[in-house]
Amino acid sequence: MSHLKDKVAIITGAARGIGFSIAELFAKAEATVIILDISTELINAAVEKLESVSSTTICGFSADVTDEDRIGEIFKQIIQQYGKIDILINNAGITKDGLLMKMKISDWDAVLNVNLKGTFICTQKVSRLMLKQRHGVIINMASIIGIMGNAGQANYAASKGGIIAFTKSAAKEFASRNVRVNAIAPGFIKTDMTAALSDEIMAKYSDLIPMKRMGNPEDVANLCLFLASDSASYITGQTITIDGGMYM
Amino acid sequence: MDLLQKVKEIIVEELGVEENEVILEASFIEDLGADSLDTVELIMKFEEEFDIDIADEDAENLTTVGKAIEYLKTKIS
Ligand SMILES: NC(=O)c1ccc[n+]([C@@H]2O[C@H](COP(=O)([O-])OP(=O)(O)OC[C@H]3O[C@@H](n4cnc5c(N)ncnc54)[C@H](O)[C@@H]3O)[C@@H](O)[C@H]2O)c1
Repeated sequence: MSHLKDKVAIITGAARGIGFSIAELFAKAEATVIILDISTELINAAVEKLESVSSTTICGFSADVTDEDRIGEIFKQIIQQYGKIDILINNAGITKDGLLMKMKISDWDAVLNVNLKGTFICTQKVSRLMLKQRHGVIINMASIIGIMGNAGQANYAASKGGIIAFTKSAAKEFASRNVRVNAIAPGFIKTDMTAALSDEIMAKYSDLIPMKRMGNPEDVANLCLFLASDSASYITGQTITIDGGMYM
Repeated sequence: MDLLQKVKEIIVEELGVEENEVILEASFIEDLGADSLDTVELIMKFEEEFDIDIADEDAENLTTVGKAIEYLKTKIS
């Protein structure tokens, strides 16, 4: 499998969960994989694991996606070292759930900052290079919650809905330069993020999923690989749901 | 290198045009085929090369090669 041979891919929030699965699949597809995550301990373990499954170049950077200067610096360093950036996956994301009536401003800000502003910052920092290259692929991790809404997740839903609208605007701005921008909206995927949910909530959600089960991070990674590859060269501005039929 | 020459080189490089097309009267959009993305990139390149900040209100007025050079002259000296 060498769909991404010679491509340089940056994946944010890739030290674990869905991001890590994407990094793993991209490494198997022979891309040069750059993991960017806020958690330094997790990064080293993740890089080691990937090096054991693939012989491509794997490299990790610890950074907060909301730190504009640091992100700019890292991207510059990547360009110096690898000469280009073909793919950016804006996957880093957090939740701070609570009912709207009692939601703290700090929880609203934190989620909007990481999920939405972080996506904007990384996209902006990579855009000039991609526009110049006359090619590039950006994939933003939204969520089904950004389409359907969810009680207790007003901040998260707003951030993910924002990502979907942001994706469309970016796609329109960059299309003439052959830079594609798409979003993925996963339903319930088995990761640490969803492991935090109670059994009761999980049972309730399973009822809402026609396929009656949660998805795996690998399912999302497969979609990402398709969207990042040349097989998807005429797809831009779209939000693709991957949710066992939960939203139709 | 004098300013005129340097600006010409940047325009040639950024817009992919021939140097003889880059005359003072030339409009970036109408004569040199730039689109809105190109003009933003060009302004950012000026900022970078000359280590200056160009305000959005100023950038809007820099529609021709001559206007850009006049503006850069006042900014740099
Ligand atoms: N798990 C799901 O069911 C599900 C569903 C829909 C969407 N998503 C989205 O998929 C993405 C990944 O989710 P996951 O389930 O793998 O979560 P996760 O919590 O397992 O992983 C998120 C990763 O992002 C990193 N991160 C957090 N804040 C960061 C920051 N400021 N800068 C850089 N890195 C940061 C974390 O360290 C972690 O490694 C998120 O955007 C999430 O909203 C997940």
